[in-house]
Amino acid sequence: MLVLERRTERSMVAMVVSPLIAITLTLVTMAILFALLGKNPFSALAVYFLDPLLDSYGLQEIVVKATPLVLIAVGLSLCYLANVWNIGAEGQFLIGAVCGSWLAVTTHGTEAGAWVLPAMLVLGALGGALYAMIPALCRVRFGASEILTSLMLVYVADLLLDYLARGPWRDPKGYNFPTTAEFDAVATVPLLIEGSRVHIGALFALAAVAIVWLVLSRTIKGFEIRLVGAAPRAARFAGFDSSKMVIFTFAVSGALAGLAGIIEVAGPVGHLQPNFSPGYGFTAIIVAFLGRLNPIGILISGLFLALTFIGGEQAQISMKLPLDLTRVFQGLLLFYVLACDSLVLYRFKWSSRSASRAA
Amino acid sequence: MLLELIVVSVIAASTPLLLAAAGELVTERAGVLNLGVEGMMIMGAACGFAGAYFTDSTLLGALCGIAAGAALAAMFAALTLGLAVNQVATRLALTIIGIGISGLIGAGFVGERITPAPHLALPGLSALPFVGSVLFGQDAFVYCSVLLILAIRWFLYRTRPGLVLRAVGDNHASAHALGYPVLRIRLLAVLFGGGCAGLAGAYLSLAYTPFFTAGMTAGRGWIALALVVFASWRPLRLVAGAYLFGAVTILQLHAQGAGMGITPQLMAALPYLATILVLVAISGTRRMAGSTAPASLGVPFVPDR
Amino acid sequence: MAATETVMGKGEPLLRAAGITKRFGTFAANDAVDLDLHPAQIHALLGENGAGKSTLVKIIYGLLQPDAGELRWNGTPVVLSGPAQARALGIGVVFQHFSLFENLTVAENVALGLGPGETLAQVSVRLAEVSRAYGLPLDPAREVWQLSAGERQRIEIIRALMQNPKLLILDEPTAVLTPQEADLLFTVLRRLKDEGRAILYISHKLDEVKRLCDTATILRGGKKVATCDPRQESAGSLARLMVGGNIGDVAVAPHKPAGNPRLILNDVTLLPDDLHGVRLANVSLDVRGGEIFGIAGVAGNGQDELFSVLSGERFAQGEVDVVIDGAAVGHLAITQRRRLGAAFIPEDRLGHGTAPRMKLSDNALLTGHAAGGMVQRGFIVRDAMLATVDRATKVFDVRKARRDPEAVSLSGGNLQKFVVGREILREPGVLVVSQPTWGVDAGAAATIRQALVDLAARGSAVLVISQDLVELTEIADRVAVMFAGQLSQPMAAASASRETLGLLMGGAGMELSYAGA
Repeated sequence: MLVLERRTERSMVAMVVSPLIAITLTLVTMAILFALLGKNPFSALAVYFLDPLLDSYGLQEIVVKATPLVLIAVGLSLCYLANVWNIGAEGQFLIGAVCGSWLAVTTHGTEAGAWVLPAMLVLGALGGALYAMIPALCRVRFGASEILTSLMLVYVADLLLDYLARGPWRDPKGYNFPTTAEFDAVATVPLLIEGSRVHIGALFALAAVAIVWLVLSRTIKGFEIRLVGAAPRAARFAGFDSSKMVIFTFAVSGALAGLAGIIEVAGPVGHLQPNFSPGYGFTAIIVAFLGRLNPIGILISGLFLALTFIGGEQAQISMKLPLDLTRVFQGLLLFYVLACDSLVLYRFKWSSRSASRAA
Repeated sequence: MLLELIVVSVIAASTPLLLAAAGELVTERAGVLNLGVEGMMIMGAACGFAGAYFTDSTLLGALCGIAAGAALAAMFAALTLGLAVNQVATRLALTIIGIGISGLIGAGFVGERITPAPHLALPGLSALPFVGSVLFGQDAFVYCSVLLILAIRWFLYRTRPGLVLRAVGDNHASAHALGYPVLRIRLLAVLFGGGCAGLAGAYLSLAYTPFFTAGMTAGRGWIALALVVFASWRPLRLVAGAYLFGAVTILQLHAQGAGMGITPQLMAALPYLATILVLVAISGTRRMAGSTAPASLGVPFVPDR
Repeated sequence: MAATETVMGKGEPLLRAAGITKRFGTFAANDAVDLDLHPAQIHALLGENGAGKSTLVKIIYGLLQPDAGELRWNGTPVVLSGPAQARALGIGVVFQHFSLFENLTVAENVALGLGPGETLAQVSVRLAEVSRAYGLPLDPAREVWQLSAGERQRIEIIRALMQNPKLLILDEPTAVLTPQEADLLFTVLRRLKDEGRAILYISHKLDEVKRLCDTATILRGGKKVATCDPRQESAGSLARLMVGGNIGDVAVAPHKPAGNPRLILNDVTLLPDDLHGVRLANVSLDVRGGEIFGIAGVAGNGQDELFSVLSGERFAQGEVDVVIDGAAVGHLAITQRRRLGAAFIPEDRLGHGTAPRMKLSDNALLTGHAAGGMVQRGFIVRDAMLATVDRATKVFDVRKARRDPEAVSLSGGNLQKFVVGREILREPGVLVVSQPTWGVDAGAAATIRQALVDLAARGSAVLVISQDLVELTEIADRVAVMFAGQLSQPMAAASASRETLGLLMGGAGMELSYAGA
């Protein structure tokens, strides 16, 4: 009989090999799915995973889409390392967008200067952090599961955004479309390279990766985060407060998600409208796990999942493949990554039951 | 007449919550936290609709829904029970897969219609004013949900397998030491929970609406999870909770309909806000009264060999 | 083997285990172990922690499959695929760690252990009968979390007896009992023996084995070293068989007069933070510089609460309830107490004292971040962490495979030496340590006790919470007993008799000692 045995030490080889196995398994499953949908699996996989890499537009789009994913996922990794389950990043992302957009809407058409965008970014991060405080405080103060409360708040945020874009903030000249006016130039995230789609949000994502990496690997705060998650009782013995950690990780991840939200709205989108997010907050959860909660890993996995977004869009256009396939792909990938991760902690072993019978 | 209409629609809105939460209650009693109710529900909705569309039978459609929910639950079980992977993360993966696959399946059926699930018609009784339509005029899913709760209650507290299931959820190491097959019992509980969630989804697409749209579960799976906490893992309290939530959902619809001048988005947010409030209230009082949650809930079990 | 035959030569054994071997990886937990159990005999299985006793029991009960060797039941070879089969043969086990279900009732717990065929009502009736017959009172309708350790053990015993076992196995049954409760257990066991049942009694307590058992099999390092009649042996000869060679004695320094009080508890009262906790009631004590103060008591009488109020993991009600070196610290967190020169070693070294899946260097930082050069402006200094690991390794002889492995990979004794070293190397003025040598091999225990004695000799105040009376009388200057959240008057360790301490541990004479306070 095949049984699991806990390793006494983590296997370094397994840590490198397991994501590769997971990706291979996902690709095989996707190929089968394509075949079931009556498409040539190889050309479909090529459209998904190769074509976006072959032209400049695709490469730029990957960076644009990876920006919010990486920003959010880096924050979430802190939560998950500390065993805090913020799965409402999508809500914090939307609220960040809403809070930042408030300034853009209020100053629209005025003489406001260059301070508008920095203030919007600050407001976005603050909004996300404050929104994340709701589940954090419910957990700390009342012991309510942060998984459920943070998720419920996604629906609430979605409805708030819907209300604002259809109601008070709607562009009067917008032909009744549920959207705000296009943001002014001072309220728009500047492009990194003129004429491209890549904007300076990408730098924020890189900075977040670098800072979180430094914090996790070199500082006592990083040690505190890891310890609280790995051994809560030992953490209390070390003098670390797990309630403060819930607040801290929710605040940081909420702020980063909110920042990503306002950058997305003031950057690639250019105005606030309902459904502007293709679910970045949820996909970022996959990014965080696929990157094994390590900032560098998250940077790589964020780019990879951005690729699937672009590939999915192109496959929809050129092969009439439904967009839901992208979601299936992302879910499958996380599924296989988790399965293969147990290779790191456990090893398979043939039980010796048969041997004892023989003896 | 309005009251009668409201009561009938409250029952209809509560039934999917009750079905899904009932399954999750059994799963959690066995010590497994299956956060993927939402994904299993939407799978049940899509597959249930597809099944009913092709067979023109509500019963076969419902069975397809159950099978779809259980299939997704089986994937969950493979990872969390077989490989002892973190139950929270796994469930998120499967929720996303469930939403994706249901979208793939359902894409072909958007806008299609089927014969809605038949309602029970007892000659004479169903014609009675108020009581007739409320008690004797519902569809089979509603009676099924009530019977399910009674059956679960009887099973958990009156039968030996029910006792074993509670024991496994309370202390899996001891149950293993006594020779009970912990993983097999948990697998069965997870499959049962998946089937119930699938049935709940099928109810939405076969009887409640009856048609399929993407994302039609709209967070009901998550609310069902909160209901289990609300009910302190006790079946009868689950009925109260589900009907309370059904009532909130329906009242906000009627308030909107009556044109009370309240923003529709705020009213639509009520069920979610109510869920948060309930979680806070219940978790707060439970702390003082002592926990009734299954002690091994969410803890992976790896037999020591 | 000849000696074995003379002791055991009473016809066919009920159970014969021959050449049992069980490996975990490369480690042989049981190495060709032989064991014969006869009806109407109490057979002791003696050995230190880690000698392989529990593994052997699990094999006999079908929980583990041996890699080699066989079991014979009444002469017939049997392969036990699980506990159900073992129970069907007539084997019952009372485990050291009770395999009970906290949120289920006593009757439900017993029913789960009996297998199908009886309704809960029938089980309750039979349970009441058995408990009356053996003088072990229990209420079938109560939920287990409400019961004391002794009552919980009764459930296990009654559950085993209701199956009318031919062989009853008890794994360290007195570990959680007061001496008086243990006497009651022995009476029941002798009666079971007279009824013709075989009993396998697992223990490391020599005096119990000499009092109770007819035969003893001694394990050391997974191997059987002897089978003998414990009544014919001296405690010393049994101990030598168990430990292998003589244990190094702790050298107690010539005693200086005790200094000023460095750790004071003033009338500490603390409510439990959960249902299973104990309320601390008016606990007062003072530990002087140069002194080791021992707190005896059966586990679960408030020792955990006392430790957490001392360490600052829980706050005392009043600021001045806890005083460390003259500073009122009742409302200070553990980190601030460490900065005042206090150090703490909790009972549970894996998960409380250390993070199991983190490296030793990280575990050095776990308490070392409070004071010392491991953190500079928020950044951690890895060299300082590794230096602590290396020093602890050298001074306390910590054996490990690599320079900086994960804590969980160390054996219990070596990890405890690391934890003790981590704290003592900081030269704390006040050290609070709980169960310093629990589950630790004899060599490591001697090292640790010596370190505690030496620390006190250098002028520190040392508070030792321990269940091990021998340990306390060996190293402590004064001893007090904790019972139901109260602390007895302290007495000089040299003059405290086992009887006095045992009575206090059982709760007798508490009022007496308080009347004098």
